[in-house]
Amino acid sequence: MKPRQQRMALIAGVLVGVVLAVGFGFRAFQENLSYFFSPSDVAAGKAPAGRSFRLGGMVVKDSVQRESGSLTIAFVVTDFANTVPVRYTGVLPDLFKEGKGVVVRGQVGADGNFVAQEVLAKHDENYMPPEVKDALAKSRQAENK
Amino acid sequence: MIPEIGQFALVLALCLALVQATMPLLGAFLGRTEWMALARPAAAGQFVFVAIAFGVLEYAFLTNDFSVEFVAQHSNSALPAFYKFTAAWGGHEGSMLLWITVLAIWTMAVTVGSRSQPEQFASRVLGVLGIVSAGIIAFSLLTSNPFVRLAPAALDGNDLNPLLQDPGMIFHPPMLYLGYVGVAVPFSFAIAALLTGRLDKDWAKWTRPWTVAAWLCLTIGITLGSWWSYYELGWGGWWFWDPVENSSFMPWLMTTALLHSLAVTERRGIFKSWTVLLAIAAFSLSLLGTFLTRSPVMVSVHAFAADPTRGMFILALLGLISGGGLLLYAFRARELEAEGGFKLVSREAFLLANNILLVIAASVVLFGTLYPLFIDALTGQKISVGPPIFNLFFLLPALPLCALLGIGMHSAWRTMSADTLFQRLKWPAVAAVAAGVILPFVFYRAASVLTVISVSVGIWVCVSSMLDPARKLLLRTGAPLTRGHFGMCLAHFGIGVFILGATMASAYNLEVDVSAKPGDTVNAGNYEFMFRGMKRVEGPNFVADEGEFELRRGGKLITVMTPQKRVYRVQQNPMTEAAINVNPTRDVFLALGDPLGGGAWSLRIQVKPMISFLWFGSGFMALGGILAITDRRYRQLRQKQTVRTEAVGAA
Repeated sequence: MKPRQQRMALIAGVLVGVVLAVGFGFRAFQENLSYFFSPSDVAAGKAPAGRSFRLGGMVVKDSVQRESGSLTIAFVVTDFANTVPVRYTGVLPDLFKEGKGVVVRGQVGADGNFVAQEVLAKHDENYMPPEVKDALAKSRQAENK
Repeated sequence: MIPEIGQFALVLALCLALVQATMPLLGAFLGRTEWMALARPAAAGQFVFVAIAFGVLEYAFLTNDFSVEFVAQHSNSALPAFYKFTAAWGGHEGSMLLWITVLAIWTMAVTVGSRSQPEQFASRVLGVLGIVSAGIIAFSLLTSNPFVRLAPAALDGNDLNPLLQDPGMIFHPPMLYLGYVGVAVPFSFAIAALLTGRLDKDWAKWTRPWTVAAWLCLTIGITLGSWWSYYELGWGGWWFWDPVENSSFMPWLMTTALLHSLAVTERRGIFKSWTVLLAIAAFSLSLLGTFLTRSPVMVSVHAFAADPTRGMFILALLGLISGGGLLLYAFRARELEAEGGFKLVSREAFLLANNILLVIAASVVLFGTLYPLFIDALTGQKISVGPPIFNLFFLLPALPLCALLGIGMHSAWRTMSADTLFQRLKWPAVAAVAAGVILPFVFYRAASVLTVISVSVGIWVCVSSMLDPARKLLLRTGAPLTRGHFGMCLAHFGIGVFILGATMASAYNLEVDVSAKPGDTVNAGNYEFMFRGMKRVEGPNFVADEGEFELRRGGKLITVMTPQKRVYRVQQNPMTEAAINVNPTRDVFLALGDPLGGGAWSLRIQVKPMISFLWFGSGFMALGGILAITDRRYRQLRQKQTVRTEAVGAA
């Protein structure tokens, strides 16, 4: 091969490598993304089974139940159209409260309960995660129709 | 009356910023010295008025002037004085004023520090800084004025968010702002160089200390934020790839790349257009960070109240400043000619690799931060890019970068024989890999491939960066160590220490959530926690439930830990104050969860090996930066300039 051809081959090789790396990288990236669904999405069966996602809405008043002394807690998340029961074992964030917004990460278990691995509450009690706000607005629109 | 003085001072500062943004640039373009001479007085005047505005806001906070809306929203008469002072940057409007103040400080420093540089050049630098300043002050006055009055005045304030009532609030925001606003200085040096068409080794020498200074502040600011989040906000987490953390980290990566590229430009007169591009990119990312924190698009601890007009204004400013910079670059970059070449094995080549990998790392972070926004805008689907993705994709460029760092430091400029390099470094490399494989197994009996690689890389970086100082200081061979060189070695050593801390604290973190009643003893790893009981504690503006725990290891009492659950009186939000027992080899972290009924509490216990190495590592980086700035080369620059002024005085 002439030096020119060699250089072209090298550049082509590097290009193919970069394209492959970016392609695989992007696929891995997509597979690891965490999606957000509202209780209505879950009721409509849009949420993936057997895969972790985020669920957001309001914690229903008087729905929080805990056995005395146990770390496991059960509560219900709503977007005022549908509800999803959630179970979580562990320490709750400071701003977790009934009647306030919450985002939980986990997956739907065999019994239909959402099993949360992580509970996220916002850093200001009046602040609402945009996802939750959107989800609530959507369910309200659906109601008015 | 007094708040109006602040507002008026800010308007005057804007007028002076406009003068500073136009006259010196026009003067330099038309060759009119008297116009160029306006740059320094305008900058100094602006500094004075900005300082007055900032002082007035502080005064309003310290005197509980609740007729000022911003004060009423973010302070309270019961707030300790020291948090009243910091509350000035506890909200959007005040933090913008801090931004302006910090820029005024940097501008003032440039007016003093640039006296030895040609008038044409210095006035252009100040002119560009004036443009940035005018834009930001206009933004503040038009969309987020901190001096807006509240009628009727509030009886008492809404209090500072309890999360921000922490000593971290004193240093983290100002330091971080000093850092990412400071990147405006290398940016204006780059634009001024494009305008004058003169970009040579001297230019690189002038720009370098400013870049190091901004980088240094950014390093300290980010570390303080991480430390704060570790002990207070994050339940023991120290980095979350939160969009706002990312938006301070991207400028850091770019500024780091810029530092290295400037070293090549100063030394060899090459990489010129690349250096300029990095300076533009670094500052653009700073502005992007300012935009991200202040637009409704972000979900984060740091997100300020959402207001679309504010976001649009900053976005427009970003477009104007970086778009203008890039346009100028497009026209002028071709004139920046390289003064020499280099071979495949040479320090230049390694620094080029450093730059490419750092830019890739910054792009990964940028992509991960913006991708959810694009998807939301295009499809309405809400997604989030979680820490596992960031960790993986960030390490892909970062680990090779650090591995190459150790080699690059020992390579020579222009060209070097690969064999010499290999001979010099083979034993340290073998030792590092051996230690990386053996140590995790000795201490923890298990290690993933990633842990072994990271520990090896960390030790490798530590060892190779201390080879030169060890040789020169202990064995007294070779040329004496300059401060700049030692600073470089120390900063790299800090990177190595940091990698070790980050790896160990992530790979061998022990975390358990348990429920415990007074009298119970809980085990976690080698530690025992004896729950003695709870008591009520009164703070200046909060009440707290405080738990008392004896921390023991092998039956021996180490300390008594007292984590608290606080409720602040005004906002009535609960806040967790974790108790941390610090030791260089590990931190024991204990936080109170919630009362579970029957006297039981949920507890989160964490044992984090070597997490202090993170702070030490960053400390070494910062120390390295300080040594580099105080190198004799830059002092000589200043001495020369004094001689020159004396000569002028004598004449």
